[in-house]
Amino acid sequence: MKSIRKAILLPALIVGALSAAGLAQARDLTIALATEPSSMDPQFHSLTPNIQMSETIFDPLVRTDANAKPVPCLAESWTVNGNVWLFKLRPNVKFSDGSPFTADDVVFTYARVPKVPNSPSSFTLYLKSIDKVEAIDPLTLKITTKGPSPVLLANLSIVPIMSKKAASGPAPEGKTTVELNRGDGLIGTGPYKFVSWRRGAEIVLERNPNYWGEKPAWDKITYRPITNPAARVAALLAGGVDMIENPPTDDLARLEKDTKLHVQKTPSVRVIYVALNQSKEVPPGMSGTDGKNPLTDKRVREALSLAIDRGAIVSRIMDGVAQPAANLLPYPAFGASKKFSTAAAADVAKAKELLAAAGYPKGFTLSLGAPAGRYINDQRIAQTVAAMWASIGVKTDVETMAPPVFFKKRDSYSFSTYLAGWAAATGEMANPLTALVVSHDPTLGMGTTNWSHYSNPELDRLVMEASKTQDDAKRSDMLQRAANMAMEDYAILPLQFELSVWAMKQDVRYAGRSDQYTLAQDITLAK
Amino acid sequence: MSALVFTALYLVGDPVSMLASPEATDAERELIRQSLGLDLPLWRQYLIFLNKALVHLDFGNSFLTGEPAMRLILDRMPATLELATAAMALAVLIGVPLGIYAGLKPESLGARSVMTSSVLGFSLPNFWVGLMLIMVFAVFLHWLPAGGRGPVETFGPIQLSIFSWEGWRSLILPVTTIATAKCALIIRVTRAATRECLPLDYIKFARARGLSEARVLGVHLLKNILIPIVTIAGLEYGQVFAFAVVTESVFSWPGIGKLLIDSIITLDRPVVVAYLMLTVVFLSLLNLVVDIIYTILDPRVQAKAGA
Repeated sequence: MKSIRKAILLPALIVGALSAAGLAQARDLTIALATEPSSMDPQFHSLTPNIQMSETIFDPLVRTDANAKPVPCLAESWTVNGNVWLFKLRPNVKFSDGSPFTADDVVFTYARVPKVPNSPSSFTLYLKSIDKVEAIDPLTLKITTKGPSPVLLANLSIVPIMSKKAASGPAPEGKTTVELNRGDGLIGTGPYKFVSWRRGAEIVLERNPNYWGEKPAWDKITYRPITNPAARVAALLAGGVDMIENPPTDDLARLEKDTKLHVQKTPSVRVIYVALNQSKEVPPGMSGTDGKNPLTDKRVREALSLAIDRGAIVSRIMDGVAQPAANLLPYPAFGASKKFSTAAAADVAKAKELLAAAGYPKGFTLSLGAPAGRYINDQRIAQTVAAMWASIGVKTDVETMAPPVFFKKRDSYSFSTYLAGWAAATGEMANPLTALVVSHDPTLGMGTTNWSHYSNPELDRLVMEASKTQDDAKRSDMLQRAANMAMEDYAILPLQFELSVWAMKQDVRYAGRSDQYTLAQDITLAK
Repeated sequence: MSALVFTALYLVGDPVSMLASPEATDAERELIRQSLGLDLPLWRQYLIFLNKALVHLDFGNSFLTGEPAMRLILDRMPATLELATAAMALAVLIGVPLGIYAGLKPESLGARSVMTSSVLGFSLPNFWVGLMLIMVFAVFLHWLPAGGRGPVETFGPIQLSIFSWEGWRSLILPVTTIATAKCALIIRVTRAATRECLPLDYIKFARARGLSEARVLGVHLLKNILIPIVTIAGLEYGQVFAFAVVTESVFSWPGIGKLLIDSIITLDRPVVVAYLMLTVVFLSLLNLVVDIIYTILDPRVQAKAGA
């Protein structure tokens, strides 16, 4: 074991030496990650830092392009007939160890997912609509779903295909997570292959010589986890790394001015929103309402929305690293209607009128919970929203706290209103609607993050129907109507869509992705 | 101690809400809770932990990574030890001579400037010093890397970076950051001890015997002022080792301090508990070593203890 470890460390030493000296060779790339993956096992933890790493070492059946649209990858083409999907697999694909890729590898991969022990966030989530996976012949795969499953392709794009030969082992799941973390059995068909991982220090990949697709630009990729944002910027300025994730917004103006650097901003599918507790009883933190909950009144909700100057938050708090939101996904994402494509301007006078009409001319008091440090500038946004609400007479007590504490309190309805964010992993409207707006019913997996007591049976029905509709045009229409319904009801107040930001040296280019992944194979050398 | 940490982390929040995908259903969350043993009442979780920890020395697996918690920590410990040792060595090597000098000639201009800058040394916040050093030496001058650890050599389970030029280059800035504050403290202690010892008879006697100044200071004085210095250096070494969090995160140094902070944020209880247990053991051992050094330096310590 020791000798293996030494063997895989040697190349790491060389790369480390080069990058640390700031002499990064023309064809090597060093990326500073904001968060280190928790594991190399592509099926252990469904978390952005893990997924972006496995999407570089492995390939899924289908990938999603930068705009969340499914495109062929290991599957060249597919047909769907009711609940039966037939995938034609790409011929002549080899794993990085030289063995051929076949339908058996896919069957093995999907069967391994539920067997991975202690997974903190299991990938079963993406496979739960699947009933059966069968290999018809080495290059034909048949998947039978439990019912119509319009988001199957988007879900499969997050489950990369492992090698049956390399990842089989005595444990029920084959190679264990601990073994895969060491690189044992970590064999994929992706553009890069694993070399070494020193936890907290660096992850090294090198080009996969057997890769079936276009040869990627870099010989070697070194990822360095630098969690402190200021330290990330310093590393870029000092030349130790070629590209960093999420530079702090305060530093952006300066980075953009630097002629040696290039800053890429790309709209993301993460919406920052304010949820309003619409229970019949007076929610915690609220007073001055005569025992009623004004948030159940649509006019009050509209007034709160009108009081918020989204443009000002974006320009002053976010330094432009966001766009004002009028819906749960930016137009023209799947299911986002044109009607709610631009955020309404703030209108304090009208907001006051609405409050008065609802019977609260003097306003009332409520609480606004927010995590401190989970989303970009979350605390400051919450404070600004509170100030804006105060301007229409709604006194707001901002309660910010460490994320784990915040989520615990949020999940027990401990705020009158709260600020949070949601990243729509599938990039289409069914995802945020199902999570945030549909009636809370944990047993069905509906409204899992709807901690507002909002419940609209007609909306629920539309979303449910859409989830069974295979026809894209019809489904899009249903989702648009459902989302419009929520917006017209002011069920939830979207504030802004975060922009994902990458800063890099002038000779490096990355187009960015709406799902916020940093995919090394898509990073190119500037011409 | 372990019970305290256990309860505190339990009260802070639910690890599952940090770990699980936000889309997971309650049933899936419950499954995660069960697989991590979090569905049991706290006292049972604690008893299970005690049983495993005491009988098998197994502190459980990290919730976040699935790896044994103790191994995660031990993998990273050499990096912190390296940093702490180098920083304390630098602080002592610079601090003691400067302190003696300041104690010998308290009125001289040099001594005054040493003392003034030592005030700066321990009043400047650590992270600020670190960031300034990065700005000057990494960003503007490009002399040194802005962070990270250089290439490592593996010796069995231990990886050290002090055997290469690159390794040393990455050490310079974080070591200087920590040493600045510690050095200031050692200067002050050394100066005070020196001034206390100088008027004593044995120094006068040594001088009267016509011994060279170097011998008077280097042997007779140093031997007597070493006890407070060793005490402070020992305490501070433990401090740096256990809580180098700030410096480690500014310099993205892959040590245990950063691991602790990350684990607290994700409520990764096994790692936090194992970390604190290890720190307790380490600090106890350190104090033992300091006590042993006392008896070597001053045989009277032993005699008194026996009396």
